[in-house]
This record gives sequence, C-alpha cells and structure tokens, in this order.
Amino acid sequence: MRESGKEFSFNEDTEAMVQSTIAKYPKGWEASAVMPLLDLAQRQNHGWLSKEAIDYVSQRLNMPPIRVYEVATFYTMYNLEPIGKHHVEVCTNLPCWLRGSDDIVAACEKALNITMGETTEDKTFTLSHAECLGACVNAPMMQIDDEYYEDLDTASTISIIDALKAGKTPKNGSQSARFSCEPATGLTSLKHQEALLKSEGNGGSL
Amino acid sequence: MVNITIDKEKHDVEAGITVMQACEHVGIEIPRFCYHERLSIAGNCRMCLVDIERSPKPVASCAMPVAEGMVINTNTPDVHKMRKGVMEFLLINHPLDCPICDQGGECDLQDQAMGFGWDRSRYHENKRAVKDKDFGPLIKTTMTRCIHCTRCVRFATEIAGVPELGATGRGENTEIGTYIEKAISSELSGNMIDLCPVGALTNAPYAFHARSWELKKTESIDVMDALGSNIRVDARGPEVMRILPRLNDEVNEEWISDKTRFACDGLRRQRLDRPYVRKNGKLKEASWDSAFTTIAHFAQELKGDQIGAIAGDLADCESMTALKDLMTAMGTNNIDCRQDGAKLDSGIRASYLFNSTTPGIDRASAMLLIGANTRFDVPVLNARIRKRWTRGSCEIGYIGQQADLTYPVTHLGDGPAALKTLLNGRGPFAKVMRTAERPMIIIGSDAITRPDGAAVLALARQVAVKYEVVTSDWNGFNVLQRAASRVGGLDLGFVPGRGGLDVAGILSGAVDGSIKMVYLLGADEVDTTKFGNAFIIYQGHHGDAGAQRADVILPGAAYTEKNATYVNIDGRVQLTRLAVYPPGDAREDWTIIRALSEFTKHTLPYDNLRQLRARMVQLNSNFLNVDQAVPALWQDFGTEGHIKDTPFESKINNYYMTDPISRASETMAHCTEVFLRGEDRKTPANG
Ligand code: SF4
Ligand code: FES
Repeated sequence: MRESGKEFSFNEDTEAMVQSTIAKYPKGWEASAVMPLLDLAQRQNHGWLSKEAIDYVSQRLNMPPIRVYEVATFYTMYNLEPIGKHHVEVCTNLPCWLRGSDDIVAACEKALNITMGETTEDKTFTLSHAECLGACVNAPMMQIDDEYYEDLDTASTISIIDALKAGKTPKNGSQSARFSCEPATGLTSLKHQEALLKSEGNGGSL
Repeated sequence: MVNITIDKEKHDVEAGITVMQACEHVGIEIPRFCYHERLSIAGNCRMCLVDIERSPKPVASCAMPVAEGMVINTNTPDVHKMRKGVMEFLLINHPLDCPICDQGGECDLQDQAMGFGWDRSRYHENKRAVKDKDFGPLIKTTMTRCIHCTRCVRFATEIAGVPELGATGRGENTEIGTYIEKAISSELSGNMIDLCPVGALTNAPYAFHARSWELKKTESIDVMDALGSNIRVDARGPEVMRILPRLNDEVNEEWISDKTRFACDGLRRQRLDRPYVRKNGKLKEASWDSAFTTIAHFAQELKGDQIGAIAGDLADCESMTALKDLMTAMGTNNIDCRQDGAKLDSGIRASYLFNSTTPGIDRASAMLLIGANTRFDVPVLNARIRKRWTRGSCEIGYIGQQADLTYPVTHLGDGPAALKTLLNGRGPFAKVMRTAERPMIIIGSDAITRPDGAAVLALARQVAVKYEVVTSDWNGFNVLQRAASRVGGLDLGFVPGRGGLDVAGILSGAVDGSIKMVYLLGADEVDTTKFGNAFIIYQGHHGDAGAQRADVILPGAAYTEKNATYVNIDGRVQLTRLAVYPPGDAREDWTIIRALSEFTKHTLPYDNLRQLRARMVQLNSNFLNVDQAVPALWQDFGTEGHIKDTPFESKINNYYMTDPISRASETMAHCTEVFLRGEDRKTPANG
C-alpha cells in the first residue's frame, strides 16, 4: 500500500452516493458498505486507493483500519498503486486462452508499447491480467474501465485502443457481427417457436 | 438432545453443539488447527474433516452443528485419506525447518503430521517465502511457517480487543500481520504464542534457549498481579526458562498477561543471594548468624512500639504470619500490609474481596468501574470483562481518568463527584444500574488508596445499596486489588493492631525518631528515602529500593522458589510450588523469620510448614479452603467522611514495571522502551 501524501475525503458528488450506499444497510451494520465505499473512493482517486483513502473509509465506517486493508488487498479490482487513465484488463483464464487471449495480450502490448503489468509513460494506459470476468461465452474478452469488449481479435483490439488514444468512445460489447451472446452462427434451436410467439403477439422474444 | 451415530455407536448429545464437540464428548479426538474453544469458529484449515452419511462432500466438523439422525464417521479409509490430503496441502508451503524451530517438540503441526501425514513430499516446486513481521519485543515471528489458521487474528480481535492483526492478500499471497508495521499493543499478546499451532509465533526472549523436553515443569501460581493466574513454571537446572498458563476457568481461563509470562528473566538478575550488614555506611557480605545477631542486638534495646513492620506486594502468607507473630511477641502493633495506603478494613472480608468472583463477571448485567483501570491493573480480568461485553446487553460505566479499556465505556466523570451524582439517582448511568438484573461495581486501587479512600469506599457502598448490587444470591460489590499479597495480608490481619501505626504512621515515626526499627518484608514501593535514621531490615529477593536503604539484608525466595500460600482477589487460597531453589544462601521466607525469632528470644512455635499453616488457619479459617473462593458475609464498612473532589489518579504509569521482579527484567525494560517511549522496537532475537 502506498501513501499519496495527500489527504483524502469524499467530494460532494461522491458524498451523495456514499450516503445512499450506507443507508442501504441496517443501523449498526454500516461496515457492510465497505466494498462499495472503497470503489467510490477509488473512482474519485483516479483509479487507485492510497493509504489515506483506505484509512478515510475505515474512519467513515468506524472499522479498525486492518479490517479495511484486508478487504482492499483481497480483491484485485482495488488498485493499490497509481494506474493510468484507462485500465486495460485482459482475461487470460482458460476459456479466453483457448480462444486466443495470448494474441489479445500481444496486440495490447504492441499497441501500447508496454508489457503486462506496466503503465504507459504518458500515464494513459495500464495493462493487466484479469481472472475470469464471466463473459466466457464471448471469449476472448477484455475490460477497459467499466466496459466489456468481447469476441476480440488482434485487429479489433488494436482499433479499440486506437480509438481510446484518440479520445473517442469505442463500441463496447461483442466486436463480431452477432448480437450479445447469441450463437455466432445465428439461431440454432427453438426456431419453429419464433413464428409461434410472433403470432401470439409476443414480439418474438423467447 | 439429538440422537446421532458416531463411528457406528449411537449417542445422545446436546442440541446446538458442533460435530467436533460431539465427537469430543464421546472421547474421539478430531485433529484441528484453526478451531479453538475460546475463539470464534473460522473453519479455514480443513484438518477436522469427517464423513457424514448422505452428505456429498467431506464436512468440516468444527463448523457443522449436529442434527437429528446424523451418521458420522471419523475413522474410515476415506477420512484418513482426506486428512492426509489436507496435511499435504498445509505442508506445501511449510518450510519443514523443525530442527531450527523453537516450536519443535510442542508443535501441533509436527504432531499431526506424524499422526496423519505422509512420510515424504511429492512437492517439487519452490516453496513460498514470507517476510517476517515485527510484532514487538515479545513475539518472534517466522511467517513462512504460518498456516493461516487465523487464531492469532481472532485472539487479538476478540479476546485482547486490539484489532490490529489481519490476513491481507489472497491465495498464495496471503500474509498475517499488522500490514502497517507496528508492535501489537496488548498486555495479553504473549497468549498468541501459545495459540499459534505452528512455529510462526514464538517466545522472543526465550528463543533458542531450551527445548521443551529438557524442562522441568512445575504447576504454580503467579504473583505479578492480584488475580493469581495459574501458571506452569518451566525450569532447566537452577533457571526459570519460561512461564506458561494453566487452565483454570475460575481464575485465568487459559490466558496470562505479558508481565506474568515475560518478567521471569527478572528472577535471574539483581538477586540477593547472601545476607548483608551495613558497616560504616557500607553494605558488607555477612553470615546468617551475624545478620541475625546484629538485628537481635539492636532490637534488645528497643521498646515494642519503637518497631514497625511493612509487608510488600509479593509477600506470601506464611512469611506474613511468621512476621506478624514475631512482631506481636516483640510487643508491637505497628504492622501493615497496605504499602499503597489502601483504606481497607481487614475485619470485614466483603470490603476487600472481588465478591462476585472472577467467573461472576460472566453473569453481570451492567458494570460500573470506579478508579479501576482494569486493563493495566489485571489484564486477564479485563479480558473477561471484555468477553462479557462482547456477549451483549451489558453496559459499562467508568469513573476515572480517560483510558482505553479495549471495550467502549460510558465515561461518567473522573472523580468522586460522578459517584455522588449516581447516588442521587441522576446522570445517564442511573437508569442502567436501576434496571440491571445483576449490576456490578468494581472499585479499584486508585479510588481507595487516596487519603479519603475510606470515605470513597463508603460512598461506593451506598451506591451499591441504592442500586441493590447485593442481593441474596448475587454480590456485585467488588474491590480490585493490585498486589498479590494484599488479600492474604488482610485475611491474616497484617494491619495495625490496637493503637498501632499504619504505613504512613511508621514512615513519619521513623522521620521523627519515635520508630527506631522497621522490618520490610519485600516492601519496595514505600518511599524508602523517608526512613530517617531508623534501622531498616530488608527481607526479600531483589536488590531494589528497600535493599538499598537497608541496614541488614536477609535474602529470601521469589515466588518460583518456595511452597507458599497466596490469596487472590476472589479470596481464593492458592499454593505456589517450588520450581527451583533460591540462589546462594537465600532461604524460604518464613524460615528466615523463624530463625531470627530464636536470636531475639521470641522463638516461634512452628518448626515446619504444616504447623505454620495450622497457625494460619487459627488466624483465619479461610485458609482451610484451598482453591476455593468462599463468599464473604456482606456487612457494614467504610467510614463516611469528607471527600475531596480530585480525579482518581492512576498510579500505574508503567504497566511493565510494577514490582522488584519486573523492574529487574530486561524484557520488561525493552517493553517499556517500545510501548511507553515508542523507541526502537528491535530485540536482538527479532533481528
Ligand atoms: S501466525 Fe500462527 S496463529 Fe497466526 S495465523 Fe499463522 S499459524 Fe495461525
Ligand atoms: S478445525 Fe475445522 S476447519 Fe480448522
């Protein structure tokens, strides 16, 4: 854990969210809000948690600091070191790896000119591994900040990163032609019901 | 009651207990690392797996409650395989450095690996290494050995009430520590050494000094505070190597304080090992004969009331009895065992005992602490109060200087005024006391050692009466003593007799010349610069304040070196046992006084411990009730009078050094540096 040397407290916008988060839990159980509060602190603090931020959360929730350190060090989504403006996390677990995540990692490293775990010199990108993010059906995938980018290949990965570099917002979700996680080859089952449902005025949704 | 089957035998067991407890009831031992009776259940080591029929997977027995009709198997090939498997996993990252580990020979991991493990490793990868942590001067850490049972974390959080330890990181990177480097600020930290099932946390001052099987183990009683914790003294040859707790739910459960555990190196230093006599202003080594003759010679000239005697905080009942009898024979009533000037009445037992007894704390429904910083006075008792508090519905009020007692208290004020408010039925705590079913008052030394102590005691008694703290089946009025000798001394009536002087009287008499001779029985906490020209006899085991001022020094035995009686705060009579012999010419204390009595021609009528103990019973029949706390009769006590409204000031300013033994201890000196002055916290052992 690192000290930033700067004091931390929630700004007005965050504070409103903090209040409503704490209000979700019964009185006396405010400590339950520790994870969302750490997340809010991280967002406010440019994507990472300084010691000051963690200590501040522990004070806010009346928890011994060590209890919050335990949480903050357990979850990989909390960054304990400063990171770049965009956090590129490539899933390298089994399903993604089988579907070619090695290529995606290589594409990222090439496009950003850094290796896994590093931050670009201009502090815009940090590249890291992610454990399974639950989007295996669209493997391989990566997460950048709050968005998922799925069905990646080398070209689409590079174009996403280039778009971000240019300050644009790339399309999220599946980068292939398919919608969401529908079968890549089009619908394969329950086809006969489509007509049936339509005729019943159901809009065809299954 | 539920019916269950364990290993093909049917049993009726209490509902609500766990499978592990049920197995234990019927005499089947389940191996475990993380489970501990006095800590919450963690269920993270998996060593306690058993097979329960119709359950698809093996079950952690420590965390599984019994249910009707359960069929449990603890001794099938499957279970053996599971245990082997768990053991193998635990050993993956364990360094297996038993030959250089202090835990060797008393290590749960070692024992269970022998019982349930493989005889070889199939692991060829690199083992992980973990940086050692700095837990302060008392605990040596070798964190690579840690198996993450979290017992230490739970102890610090739940029992000691200092939530500073935790498990950070995850998976292979999990580490136990404070995360931000700091020494553990608890007076009970040493217990983590006992709890740690492996050699990750070991006794730092004792590091590499002995192996457990070389030690002679003697069951005894602690005297570093007034609780009288049950201890085991481990000695090798003439040296006490370490002190460990013994189980006694009526006294210390299974904890001891850090002073109890770690001050034992003080037993080796600054010892008085031969008699000394002052000649021409200089203390000179002498023989017993010449020391006794010098005293007899001097005493011969004196009238009885020119002599005084003060018993110190570590004095045992045998020597106090002998000294009292000797003083009576010499014709003086100037004796006192209340070095601290406590205004306690030796006639009424209920006025100086912890009447509800230590286990009674578990039953209290509200507590009021008056001038009692329980955390430093008696740390183990404080943990018990904390335990009561954690169970809920027990509010605790506190009158005295602000202090962190490891549990939240309602601070009612810092002096007697707050007590008066309460007596008038006002203030936030009045309602709590009124509605509590079994309210409890604990009045500490800081409140009764003041000049107006007797009046404060009377005031507290009035509060007790007002809030019905004492009923036919509950006595919640408690005095918390600080010194191990105090209750015993009061039981024996080691207080001024008719017309006799107390400690303050003896001191001022010495200054004005009316007292010519003072016998200090291990009394080091009186102001020894205020003895004027009086002739001072110091009998004790350490060259502390008293010995420096003495004209004759009679070397006695420390608590580990004699068979002696102490009475704890609850009035429980307990016996210490000789673990090692006193050094050099030093002798068991009562025998010294008995020998001296021959020289002064007042020969005491007992020749052995049995006769002396019979004499103690004569003085107070309570000495018959060894290992029992007999309730005392509730009577009138305390003297009403003017009370000054000054705060109850804490007299312990350094918990680690309160008596001659801990003042001589290097370990305690080190703790003083680290915890009080915040200085460098490395010990040589800690690197
Ligand atoms: S240090 Fe010892 S008690 Fe603490 S978690 Fe590790 S093995 Fe358990
Ligand atoms: S003793 Fe049951 S899991 Fe550790």
